[in-house]
Amino acid sequence: MTHLIKGVRITGDEPTDVLIKDGLIAETGRGLDAEGAEVLDADGLIALPGLVDLHTHLREPGREDAETVATGTAAAALGGFTAVHAMANTEPVADTAGVVEQVWRLGAEAGHCDVRPVGAVTVGLAGERLAELGAMAESVAAVRVFSDDGMCVSDVLLMRRALEYVKAFDGVVAQHAQEPRLTEGAQMNEGEVSGRLGLTGWPAVAEEAIIARDCLLAAHVGSRLHICHVSTAGSVEILRWAKSKGWQVTAEVTPHHLLLTDDLVEGYDPIYKVNPPLRTAEDVTALREALAEGIIDAVATDHAPHSVEDKETEWPAAAMGMLGLETALAVVQRTMVDTGLLDWAGVADRMAYRPAAIGRVAGHGHPLRPGAPASLTLYDPAAPVTVDPANLASKSGNTPYRGMTLPGRVVATLLRGVPTVSEGKLQ
Amino acid sequence: MNRHLISAADLSRDDALLVLDTAAELAQIGGRSIKKLPTLRGRTVVNLFFEDSTRTRISFEAAAKRLSADVINFSAKGSSVSKGESLKDTALTLQAMGADGVVIRHHASGAPLTLTQWVEGSVINAGDGTHEHPTQALLDAYTMRERLGRLEGLRVTIVGDVLHSRVARSNVALLHTLGAEVTLVAPPTLLPVAVGSWPCEIDYALDAVLPKTDVVMMLRVQRERMSAAFFPSAREYSRRYGLDRDRLGRMPEHAIVMHPGPMNRGMEIAAEVADSPRSTIVDQVGNGVSVRMAVLYLLLGGASPAIGGDQREGEL
Ligand SMILES: [Zn+2]
Repeated sequence: MTHLIKGVRITGDEPTDVLIKDGLIAETGRGLDAEGAEVLDADGLIALPGLVDLHTHLREPGREDAETVATGTAAAALGGFTAVHAMANTEPVADTAGVVEQVWRLGAEAGHCDVRPVGAVTVGLAGERLAELGAMAESVAAVRVFSDDGMCVSDVLLMRRALEYVKAFDGVVAQHAQEPRLTEGAQMNEGEVSGRLGLTGWPAVAEEAIIARDCLLAAHVGSRLHICHVSTAGSVEILRWAKSKGWQVTAEVTPHHLLLTDDLVEGYDPIYKVNPPLRTAEDVTALREALAEGIIDAVATDHAPHSVEDKETEWPAAAMGMLGLETALAVVQRTMVDTGLLDWAGVADRMAYRPAAIGRVAGHGHPLRPGAPASLTLYDPAAPVTVDPANLASKSGNTPYRGMTLPGRVVATLLRGVPTVSEGKLQ
Repeated sequence: MNRHLISAADLSRDDALLVLDTAAELAQIGGRSIKKLPTLRGRTVVNLFFEDSTRTRISFEAAAKRLSADVINFSAKGSSVSKGESLKDTALTLQAMGADGVVIRHHASGAPLTLTQWVEGSVINAGDGTHEHPTQALLDAYTMRERLGRLEGLRVTIVGDVLHSRVARSNVALLHTLGAEVTLVAPPTLLPVAVGSWPCEIDYALDAVLPKTDVVMMLRVQRERMSAAFFPSAREYSRRYGLDRDRLGRMPEHAIVMHPGPMNRGMEIAAEVADSPRSTIVDQVGNGVSVRMAVLYLLLGGASPAIGGDQREGEL
């Protein structure tokens, strides 16, 4: 199948045509013509390399009532993603080659985007002994990112060993930085609002202490470390310092931490309950600037679907997490592009090139040039959409943006030349 | 007034004074031994208690019954609630029962506010987690005004586990609204990190504050807090923050001692202080019923007068 995209602005550049043939970008330039090609008028649209998410919870196996690999990857495609990393905290936990291969296969069968399973660092996420990381790396799923996400690898010796061990297969440990003793029973950001609401605080230092420790460990053993969902201004300062030393430390921020703040918790609506918690406006500013500067490398959604029962309850009993895949790009436009902090080339870097590099995702994260795989998304930055959970492809509806108008929408997504989304609809 | 009473911070000065004045009127009637008023006849009040608190439940029950309301006690213990039924399902049951008012005590901060989205009746917060306990603050303010004649400019010192205290949160908010000057005294571990933004003063030492205090309110301190390293030992806590006879002697002659109960005698308060004439602890219990009658009346009674009219009964 041959596609000809007319008049698209690649990463915001001057309009051009893009000819796609055999899953690759064949040619770019003005006035292209191709007989028999399906022509797509992309006037006013931005083309970005297919987005790569380092942090997605697809919930399968185990919680298929909240999301499946098929529904989660459909949501991903609709959000402009062509590859997602499926976190390991499923039931059973993705701590063996068998489970990661199962997830990988489910992704391939659904075909909406590439699924890169994340392997658990420790057996059952229990933080006690290493899972068979090598077996997962060598499996058909070719795992490169290992994480106990949801739980912190808090045992310092185990963390050191994990960092060292994954060097053998060019892996990276993605740490959910949360000092467990400082966050026992934690419900929300510790600060003015938590004190007033009488909710147990999740202090910024509980994140920062682990990041500082792990940066020092990664430096000592010369390993790659990735920090999940950075949420505080203090964490940014530690990362800046670690990067200034030349250490192999990377970090991600979620769209919700770029936009939302802890005062939203005032109504005790669990839709805003997430881990790490929503922080203050000062933190949001620091995170945006860090992403612009490259101190934070990537945007990752931490898409976390939850059933109605797990969210329609009193705050302390509610599950932590919020949807993110279908709104990520529009939130990034609103917080980073419309504010002048990042241009579209920067968005491509933070949402495709760098996450693909961190996850060692072959075939993704390439600039849209002739010869590159035709995995890309077409985005209309001037098509405001009011978010309605009923219109989302995710099996769950726990979006914190319900009723909010976001500035743009994904029009089409192509995976190796094949449309997964066209005219805003799943193919 | 709002339809619900969730937080003392939601009460305007006029609202709060209306509750206190209404409570005073109702107390007078109670004193005249006409214990039952027809005001809420035909109305249903549900006491929904997810946490054991016999004292608070009985106080609300007595208040509702004196206003002739039908009272249903719905205790979490041994009911479907403890078998995993959600707050929402419980709420829908209450809704089906036609509850005009729901008095809720819950271990989760925020549960009463969450409940308001599922029931049509008025929701009254009878204590939620470590958030608020607004009727306690109202009865405390009532007691202070009764004993000392005013609230404006009154110097109130609240001592103890502020971090985990819904009583402290409600009192700080309400007393600030009513013009009192509040000082919180506690070890730094038992104060929220951002307590500096609250409308009150903070001190870590009790002795310096006592001579400038009209009211000292001692909060219950749970011994379990020791295991989480909030303070080293019960003995050290009581030495630094307990109210004993010596400390009582440092307070002005007129100053009163309050405690929301239940007390840990010998921990935050010495037995002889708790039983002294300057203690209002027994008054607080009696005033609790009057204040809760006032709240129920104002939220559920609509525009009808609280008192003074058997002839108006038909309209209610
Ligand atoms: Zn996480």
